Amino acid sequence: MSHTHPEGPELTDSERAFRAEAREWLAAHNPGRLPSMDTDEGAALHRAWEATLAEGRWSVVAWPEQYGGREASLTEWVIFEEEYYLAGAPTRIAQNGISLLAPIIFEHGTPEQQERWLRPMTDGSLVWAQAWSEPEAGSDLAGIRSRAVRDDERGGWVLSGQKTWSSRAPYADRGFGLFRTDPEAARHRGLTYMTFPLDVPGITVRPVHQLDGDAGFAEIFFDDVFVPDADVLGGVGDGWRVAMSTAGNERGLSLRAPGRFMAAADRLLDLWAERGADAPHLRDRVVDAWIGAEAYRLYTWGTVDKLSGGGDMGADGSVNKLFWSELDLELHETALDLLGPEAELRGPGAPSGGSWVDDHLFSLAGPIYAGTNEIQRNIVAERILGLPRGENRRAGA
Amino acid sequence: MRFSLNDEQRSFASAIDGLLAGADVPAVNRAWGAGDTAPGLALWGRLAELGVPALTVPEAAGGIGASPLDVVVAFELLGRHGVPGPWIESVAVAPLLLADTPHADLLEGLAEGTVRATLAVDGVAPYALDADAATHVFHVSPDGIAVAEAGDAIGSVDPSRRLFPVTPGERTPLAEGVLDRALDLAALATAAAQVGAADRMLRTAVEYVGQRRQFGRVIGEYQAVKHRLADVKVALDFARPLVHGAALELEEKSSTAPRAVSAAKVFASETAHGAGRAALQVHGAIGYTLECDLSIWLLRSRALHGAWGTVAAHRARVLDHLTTAR
Ligand SMILES: Cc1cc2nc3c(=O)[nH]c(=O)nc-3n(C[C@H](O)[C@H](O)[C@H](O)COP(=O)(O)OP(=O)(O)OC[C@H]3O[C@@H](n4cnc5c(N)ncnc54)[C@H](O)[C@@H]3O)c2cc1C
Repeated sequence: MSHTHPEGPELTDSERAFRAEAREWLAAHNPGRLPSMDTDEGAALHRAWEATLAEGRWSVVAWPEQYGGREASLTEWVIFEEEYYLAGAPTRIAQNGISLLAPIIFEHGTPEQQERWLRPMTDGSLVWAQAWSEPEAGSDLAGIRSRAVRDDERGGWVLSGQKTWSSRAPYADRGFGLFRTDPEAARHRGLTYMTFPLDVPGITVRPVHQLDGDAGFAEIFFDDVFVPDADVLGGVGDGWRVAMSTAGNERGLSLRAPGRFMAAADRLLDLWAERGADAPHLRDRVVDAWIGAEAYRLYTWGTVDKLSGGGDMGADGSVNKLFWSELDLELHETALDLLGPEAELRGPGAPSGGSWVDDHLFSLAGPIYAGTNEIQRNIVAERILGLPRGENRRAGA
Repeated sequence: MRFSLNDEQRSFASAIDGLLAGADVPAVNRAWGAGDTAPGLALWGRLAELGVPALTVPEAAGGIGASPLDVVVAFELLGRHGVPGPWIESVAVAPLLLADTPHADLLEGLAEGTVRATLAVDGVAPYALDADAATHVFHVSPDGIAVAEAGDAIGSVDPSRRLFPVTPGERTPLAEGVLDRALDLAALATAAAQVGAADRMLRTAVEYVGQRRQFGRVIGEYQAVKHRLADVKVALDFARPLVHGAALELEEKSSTAPRAVSAAKVFASETAHGAGRAALQVHGAIGYTLECDLSIWLLRSRALHGAWGTVAAHRARVLDHLTTAR
């Protein structure tokens, strides 16, 4: 596979050197595609890969050195992500912790929490699950019912209720999510950000099988689970505000580095080279998928510019999410169409080991998780275009 | 890649925007379509005071010698306001082609805005736009450039564009690569104008759905309307980086610049097309009238879809580069 996306001009010498170092290290250590992280074998291999990354200090390049990072700039971080995906390195089992929870811990965590949680999430020894959704609180996340009741005697809280669709939960160590600490308060108030171990009495994790057959997420039942004050993140009753700062992360830069789509577009071109002659009618879709990946790459550099200049993402995270989720689907659907009747084959014996089908199945979830695309469109229309709220009481988070 | 606009580009943009916002361009555009080019030519003169026609003329010939990114900045605004006339022809194409030919003495006039050039290019632009409002008409083929005589005007889907078949006179050869560079800059300027048109149609639509009421509420409250416009916003936000990125590649003469230009032309044209469809839909029947200003951008964007390389041709060029470069 060759890279069809230009490097981007105007990188400094040190940024170029950073790219070269990352490329070299990945070439020497990258295990390539691992078995699904949502299996016993795959989870163990992914944790081991996280440990290898941490040893090379590539696990959290943008973090302070104190926690295993390189204090890389935003530009360098994007460069690293590009190299990571173009190398075909494994997806990150540590993702939830590193990109969704860690920013909260850096901003709102106590020094003790930072000490206890940051390091271990960088080397695969502490894997986190994000537990926000509930059966009655999906898009309407503020409808959370799971409760935390004060236990002054033990100095903490007692959790009860149910979470659902928590990615990684079947193989994770701890979870984080919102719990209602003040049942009298308005919907968005009275929520508190809690973290909890997944292996204590009172907690039941019921794995749920996804379309791809793996137990990628789970329901979590809380039956009077005690959580000490030391495990509460941010202020009591302040959970919504704290959580919303990660919602933007999930939709925006942190989860979907452009390298992911650039790599997929390159693979699509390889597939076109092999099979395009039999499917000339797919030509435009192949080109458009590549152009989409290129647009995403350039858009990301624009965002890096904006953020480096002191701007913030704001509701642009929703624009970003809408684009990448649709692009991801189109990339993979085009590939499946190129595969023709073989597109339904999975596993060993299937073209590319079935990876096109596996990745396609995952892309189907893109418009649903991290806030559905309908909710993102509401946000774009109301907060960016300024259209009136009216029909929806609240556009969602 | 760093392509944020610098302060100079930002103030250039706001000067053009300010001028055009106060110039009742829709009226100028309609007059141009009806054959009254005087207001449009007056606007040409005012834009010349800001340096727009001088952008690509070399400094030695009295121009600005600006970068492709500056060109993009200007054309996005010309597109956003629906300015009529052979701007792409005079600013993006003619100066590059005329330099180093016996016609180079026109450059100064082009920069001043007193010369307005239009041209037909074999295979890409079969008709010369607005030859009746231009001071000079050319024909270009791989063999070179020739002064040309315009025939009878043919109408365009965009009432503010008149297209002329031309008959070339004696040809002068062009230097190696010049035509390709000029065509790339033309395609890039067209892409920028499409981004401007898309932006304008989105703004127009947002404004309209915020005031039109049906079933007791403004129609902008309905999700079917909101979601359609949100999708336009997403496309627009991703079209601009492609156009700006291609401008930087052109400036650096990178080997992938032609591909970047074509990608930008494809995406920007599709974005304008989508924006037009959405804006028309949310306007309802009023949008289907020439009376409604929306028609200015809707019909212009349709015309530009095929101008300076059809979207299909640019798609083919992207794939061609991708498959041969690998
Ligand atoms: C692969 C995957 C991984 C996930 N991982 C996690 C995780 O780790 N942690 C976690 O907490 N959650 C996770 N989720 C859950 C995800 O966040 C929710 O599925 C999502 O927020 C939507 O909620 P819902 O499924 O209950 O759908 P609902 O909210 O019931 O929505 C159903 C449909 O109605 C539409 N709809 C709802 N309200 C509106 C409205 N106001 N306007 C227009 N349309 C509307 C939705 O867009 C959707 O199409 C995951 C989901 C998937 C698919």
